[in-house]
Formats: sequence, structure tokens, C-alpha cells
Amino acid sequence: SLCTAEALKATQLKMSENGVLSRAKVLTIDTMNPTVKKVEYAVRGPIVLRAVELERELSEGMKKPFSEVIKANIGDAHAMGQQPITFFRQVLALCSYPELLNDSTFPEDAKSRARRILQSCGGNSMGSYTASQGIDSVRQDVARYIERRDGGVPCDPDDIYLTTGASDGIVTMLKLLVCGEGATRTGVMISIPQYPLYSAALAELGAVQINYYLNEEKCWSMDISELQRALDEARRHCNPRALCVINPGNPTGQVQSRQCIEDVIRFAANERLLLMADEVYQDNVYAEGCQFHSFKKVLFEMGPEYSDTVELVSFHSTSKCYMGECGFRGGYMEIINMDDEVKAQLTKLVSVRLCPPVPGQALMDLVVNPPQPGEPSHDNFIKERTATLSALAEKAKLTEQVLNTIQGISCNPVQGAMYSFPRITIPEKAIQEAMDKGQEPDMFYCMKMLEETGICLVPGSGFGQTDGTYHFRMTILPPTDKLTILLNKVKEFHQKFTQQYS
Amino acid sequence: REREGARDITNMSQQAANGVPCRGKVLTLDNMNPNVRRVEYAVRGAIVQRAGQIEKELKEGVKKPFTEVIKANIGDAHAMGQKPISFLRQVLALCSYPELLEDNKFPEDAKHRARRILEACGGHSIGAYSASQGIECVRQDVARYIEKRDGGIPSNPDNIYLSTGASDAIVTMLKLLVCGEGRDRTGVMISIPQYPLYSAALADLGAVQISYYLDEDKCWSLDVAELKRAVDAARQHCNPRVLCIINPGNPTGQVQSRQCIEDVIRFAKEEHLFLMADEVYQDNVYAEGCKFHSFKKVLFEMGPAYSSTVEMASFHSTSKCYMGECGFRGGYMEVINMDPEVKAQLTKLVSVRLCPPVPGQALLDLVVNPPQPDEPSYNTFMKERTAVLAALAEKARLTEQIFNEVPGVTCNPVQGAMYTFPRIALPQKAIDKAKEEGQVPDMFYCMRLLEEEGICLVPGSGFGQREGTFHFRMTILPPTEKLKIVLQKISDFHVRFTQEFS
Repeated sequence: SLCTAEALKATQLKMSENGVLSRAKVLTIDTMNPTVKKVEYAVRGPIVLRAVELERELSEGMKKPFSEVIKANIGDAHAMGQQPITFFRQVLALCSYPELLNDSTFPEDAKSRARRILQSCGGNSMGSYTASQGIDSVRQDVARYIERRDGGVPCDPDDIYLTTGASDGIVTMLKLLVCGEGATRTGVMISIPQYPLYSAALAELGAVQINYYLNEEKCWSMDISELQRALDEARRHCNPRALCVINPGNPTGQVQSRQCIEDVIRFAANERLLLMADEVYQDNVYAEGCQFHSFKKVLFEMGPEYSDTVELVSFHSTSKCYMGECGFRGGYMEIINMDDEVKAQLTKLVSVRLCPPVPGQALMDLVVNPPQPGEPSHDNFIKERTATLSALAEKAKLTEQVLNTIQGISCNPVQGAMYSFPRITIPEKAIQEAMDKGQEPDMFYCMKMLEETGICLVPGSGFGQTDGTYHFRMTILPPTDKLTILLNKVKEFHQKFTQQYS
Repeated sequence: REREGARDITNMSQQAANGVPCRGKVLTLDNMNPNVRRVEYAVRGAIVQRAGQIEKELKEGVKKPFTEVIKANIGDAHAMGQKPISFLRQVLALCSYPELLEDNKFPEDAKHRARRILEACGGHSIGAYSASQGIECVRQDVARYIEKRDGGIPSNPDNIYLSTGASDAIVTMLKLLVCGEGRDRTGVMISIPQYPLYSAALADLGAVQISYYLDEDKCWSLDVAELKRAVDAARQHCNPRVLCIINPGNPTGQVQSRQCIEDVIRFAKEEHLFLMADEVYQDNVYAEGCKFHSFKKVLFEMGPAYSSTVEMASFHSTSKCYMGECGFRGGYMEVINMDPEVKAQLTKLVSVRLCPPVPGQALLDLVVNPPQPDEPSYNTFMKERTAVLAALAEKARLTEQIFNEVPGVTCNPVQGAMYTFPRIALPQKAIDKAKEEGQVPDMFYCMRLLEEEGICLVPGSGFGQREGTFHFRMTILPPTEKLKIVLQKISDFHVRFTQEFS
């Protein structure tokens, strides 16, 4: 390793082109943290870097076969034209500049929420640090939201940790879990395909990633025998301790059945795994017959044998659902049955970063405590919320429908979340050319699509897929008419590509 | 590891022992990440937890010798009554709720900045994710600010990374730098005393902390001979690669001279160290004869032998200076002479967390691009800014003066930042009593002060200090009249305490 002192000394002096002795840098690719090098995050990876380059070229007047780059790579609703919820932004403005509390253009319920939030801030200002676990009254509101959502199952505000987006909470929990060396190194189970925050975090932490395959033939459902297979195999080379589930799924959009969730909980209990339930898309459920079942609710309905013992952490965020407020980095996690001493360590760990962003905490408060019937903003709020969710449902259906008309593309129903993850058939010649270029075949495909149509998707290889299969992930977020155009361009491209490499 | 394995077996055999399924937890103190257990963060540590408890007790009507707890433990200006800068909050309100752009209550310069920020956001919304490195036009503004500050020395926006507070960027850089095993493990130099984010991050990353002592007798100045001593000793057991310096200092407030900064840069080059310059208090300079010299400026004034070779990262934040906007978690780092391959890795790493909070990015934009002399908000802005900084300067002076009147308390001039770090003489009997109670002596002292006066400070042991010396860190943030009372109470307490244990 070039991190040894001798190796470093040897590389410190190098001859430059003009014969002058100069020193190598302190921090080089060979002397940096090796686990960071293993980190990949496809959602903002090479294809997106190329997309940005293309945008620059377009803005500089370069001629392209398209007039704009469409970033269908990332679950960013506002960037794709979705409007923020008026009420939320009103309260945030009031919190930012409390002089507006005297402004008659703001409704009373917005002012009331703003005052309550400000009163729980140091010096009545959003600019103060908050408690590291998050503003007390917000955590209480989150707990009440969870209780309502889960039909009365109790929630203790002390089990709620506000976070900088859900990603922050997920990484913090994974960090807590990771220990051991070699055969005892912590293993963490995650779906294939998965949202690559998980693989990135596991790579960075040097934990062992244990893949369990979702069943594409059965609408990306989870299969306990597959979990068992993955776990048994992993036990030979690591110490499996956690099981991560994303429901509704990303990138696949599947909404797991209640039975499935019960089976997963039972599996986690029997195999002594800490359960991490990523539920950030809990309001994004579209397909008939599908319903969001929170892991916590199901856990408690399974009785004390499970609800008193299974260690569960569930995650939520302000970035998805009907809010789409990605930029605010709001989120929370709820900790169930955590060892008290570990919880104290968790509380200590989050204190080092002081607190999550206060605007995000305020926003979370509004999400869990929205306008009620009888309040001035209620009707408008419901109208906006309904419009957003029904537009998404419509686009989910449209996407599945159009993609399935394309020969060589097969798309499972987009049951929930914000993405489609269709399977694509790539001709052998194209696979060969990709390999010659040192590219994954679906990256090769997506790059071509980007260069020819300006559409930026993420290749399935960025999320994981069964060997020999190829996919891409595309968001369903562009406005319906734009989405229609997009889907048709994808169709044209696929047909052309297939022909070209036949 | 053996203990961990044994504990696991014990946990499992609890089931067998009494025949009832009562298994130990999956995640316990013994099998959690051992690095996290080593993390401490005194600024929100044990004493602050006790302060929070006491506040709760007061609220519940428990009688105490005081009516409120004064949290002088943390550099949170707004919590202590400092007002936000009107202009900054106006623009944030406009960005949050753009309908306000029609409102004639807001000045044109605020609207102009808001429009510019919104135009740079996806879908013109601060709810969109931004580029992971931060909004481009904000990075451009930051670069221009740096150029203005440093007398024209060029700053490339591509070297600017916006971050979630300065803490985020500091941790990211340390993470990049840490590698190697055993004797080759990366060592990082940090001052004693230091801001305990550094020690916490190094513990979390499993890096080696290399302490260099600031000279209390010389107003906490930095001595290159001491740096040399520390690095030479460290080379015996680790691989020193980084030198961290906080200027103006935290907790000590010293403002390093230009000569000192040159010497440090020279030292870093000779010893082949990556320099990390934490400059979050750059506007908080009070003492006559003291001036903030940016590391970058000095580096470039030393000529190309240094300016084209020394690898450096400097950090800034929206939490301190005259803004005090801690809750927004705004910050940036500028990287100088970073290896391009490493920079690509850095860019990749920050992409996993998507982006820093957009309200914080917007705020930072205003900090680096404030109202100019010909703009409507200029006068008010200057008035507010000057008032805040002048009040801090006054409180710095007052604090030094009053503490130096107390026998047994010696207080260096508070040259900058927001804290005082006086040395306290503790009677031997008190030291013995503390040891009996299993407490570090200055924690014992501070806990007493908290219980008797309701004043929450942080013991010097939380920051590091020379063996056998004791200190505490107190912020100078309470409003002047309150500060006077606090200073008096601490003085009286010290006299009483000394008497009690004489």
C-alpha cells in the first residue's frame, strides 16, 4: 500500500518534465482514504456529469439533436416543475422574517404555526442551533403524526431524531452498526436493485454488503427464501446484523404487501437482524390494491413477542411524497426497541454536528401537522396535495403503459415512489461494443440515449440487477405532456438502437 | 473481538438459562462501532445534559437558587438575543415564498438577490436539490468575496465546495485524508486547546490525533518549535499528514499574527502536511493591533514556491461573525492545490449526500454578496452589522477585565471569536473531592457553578489543556447587561468555591 511511510517517502520526490525535482502531493489518489475510492453514487455519477457538460455546450450555442437536456435521473420534483405547497412556504417565510406576522396577506393558521415554531427556537429565531435531536415540539408533532398514521400505536417523541434528510439518519444508523474484522465484519442486507446511498455508505464504512434479489417476475416483490439464501451465504464470510428494506421501493416502486412485511419482520426477529425501514415514499402509492403499511404498525400488530423485541428504525423525509422539498434537507427517524446505552451513544454522536437545518425541521413540522378541516388553509392545502399525488399516479400509469408498447422493453407497474425501472433488451453487438469500451452495457445504452436525445437516465447497473439483465431508472416527474414526449423519444431511441446493433 | 463474541453467546444463552425466550439485543454497547464509543463532544456533553434537566425542573416549578439557566456553553448568538440581519432574512423570506416579490414592503435589492438565487435553482424553487458542490452562482459569489477579501488573489469557483456548516466540510476533508494501518495510520495535528469537533471526528475516523500546545503565557500563540516537537514525536507511532489550525481560535480567541501564519505555512511545506485552516470567526476580531490574515492570502504572498505547492483547505460558515445564523447550517470550503484525481473523488463523495441545505446556500450568498453602498438596504445593513460586532468587542473587553479582577482566575485577552477560556486555580481539596466523585476537576467546578448559579459553561477538559491546569470556556454572547451579571456571579462563585475548599 502506498500509505506506508516508506512508500510515501519514495514518492515524495519525483522528476518533473523539465528535470526539476519536485515533491508529490501530500494527498493523492494513492494516499487517500481507500474506502472513499470504492464509493459510487450513480444517481449523480458519470452520466450526469456528461449531461451537465452537454447543458453547458447547449448554452454556449453548440448544435445538438435536441434543444434541452432532460434530467430524468433524480427524484427532484420541483426541478421538474412541481409546485411547492403554498401553506408550507407561507409558514417558512413567516419563520424567516417574523415581521411578516403583521402582514394581513398571510392566513391565521400559517401565522399560528410560525409562532409556535419560533417560540421553540432559541431567541425565537430559526438562526439558533436547536437541540441536537431536533426541536422538542417538532418531535412531539412527529410522534403524534406517527400515532395517527398507525391507528393509535403509541409513539414516544424521545424515540424521534430529526435529521438532515433521511440520508443522514440512514448513514448514522449504519455507522453505529459497523464493527468487527474479517469474518466478523458487520454485514448489511440490502435489496438488488437498491437506492445507491446504501451501497455508497456501506463501501465508505467498510461494511459488507449482502445482496438479496427482488423478484422482477413478481413485480419486484420480496421473497423470504431469497432473504434466507442471501443470509446463509453471507454468514460464511461476515457477521450479518442488519436488514434494509425500502418500501415503497427505489428504484423499483413496488409497494410491499402487508403479508410480506410481516414475513420480513418475522425473518428479522428469527435471524436477529436490526431492521431499517426506508419509508420516504410513504404517500406515493398509486396502484389499485396497493397500500402503504408502515413497518412499525405491522410490528405492533404482531403482538408483544415481536413489538417488544425487534429493533427497528424507520426513516422519513420532506424530499418526496407530495412536498418534494429536497433542498430543505428535512427528515426524521424513529427508533424502536433500541438498547438504552446505544441510544445514549446515538444521541452523543448526533450532537457533534450540532443540529439538522432548522428550516428543514420547521418544514417537517408542517408536513406532520398540516392544515386541519376548519382551518383557513385546509381546502387549498388538500387541493394542492391531491393534484400533485394524482398527477403522479397518472404519470405512473402512463409510463408503464407507453414503455410496455416498446418491443424489447418491459416495465413492471409503477406501484409507488417516483421511478420506473424497466428491463431493456440490449443486442449482443451492443453488449460487445460496450465491453470493448470498458462500459457496462446499460451505461453504454444510456450514454447513447443522452447524446442523441438529451434525455438523462441512470443505468440499472447503478442500482444493481440480476446478472445478464439490463435496466434503466427514469423518474416519472416531468409534467405530463413533457413526459409523454420523453417516453416517445425513449421509444424511438430504443427502436433505433436495437436496429443499429441487430 | 473475543469479548464481543462472548457477549453475543451470552446474549443467546440467556434464552437457554431460564427457558424463556429473552434474547439480548442485536445492537449493544459491546457490538456497536467502537470508534463511535470513543467520540466525545463536550460543547453538548454531560454538563449541557444536566443543564437541560435543570431547565425542565425549573419549568415544573422546582425551587432553585436561580430563575433561569444561562447557556453560555455554545456559540449560539441568536439564542442569546442577538438579532438577525434584516436584509438576510428578507431575502430568505422572498426565496421561500416568491409571491412576496410582488410585495412593496421589500426593498429592491433584496428582491433582486432573491430573483437571482431562484433563477439558479431547479424549477426556480429552493425546494429543488442543487448541484452537489453547491449552486454555481453562489460559488462564483464566494470566489469573488474571497478575491476581494484577499486583495485580488484569484479564487476559482470550481475550488469552492458549499457545505452543511463548516463542520461538514471539515469532516469530509478529514475523511479523505485518513488511511493506513498501525504505524502508518494518518496523524492529524490539532491545537490544544481545540474545538472538539476535531477530536470527535478523528476518533470517529480512527485517525491519530497529534496535539500541539498553544502558549497560554503568550496569549495562546502558536509556536513552530512546539509544532516541530509534536510532529517529531508523532512520527514514531503514526504518519503525520495534516495540520489543523483554527484562526481566530476556538476556545482561546487568539488572532494569529501574519508572521505566525507564514511560519505555519513554511512548517507545513517542510513537513509535507496538508493544511486545514478553520477561519469561521474571520470577522470576529476585536483587540487593537490584531487583524485577520487569511491563510490563503499569506500563502500567495509567499510566492509560487509555496502558493503552487502547499495543499490547503480553508473553511468558513454562516454561523458566526455578525450573522450568527447557526440554524441554517451554511458554510463552504476552498481547496487550494488539490490533486485533480483527489478532487474528483471529493466531488463524488459529496454527491452521495446530494447537496447542502439550499436555505443555507442562499444565506451564504448574501453573506458574500451583501448590500453595496449604492443600494437601498446598505445603511441599515451596515448599522446592524456594526452594532453586532461592536457589542461583541465591548463584551470581549469587559469579560477579560472582570475575570482578571478575580483572584485565582487569569484571563488572556479575548482577541477574537466568541469565547473566553480563562485559567482557574483549583484548591487541592477540590481536586481531591472531584477525583473521589470520579469527575475531572474542572467538570466538578463547572457542575457546581451550574447547580448553584444556573450558569452553564464547558470545562476546559472538553477542549484539552496542559496537564495540571484547569479552564472553562464561556461565551461572550449574552447581552451586555446580562453578561455583567453572569460575570459577577461567576466571580462570586469562584471566591466562594475557593473558600469552601481551602
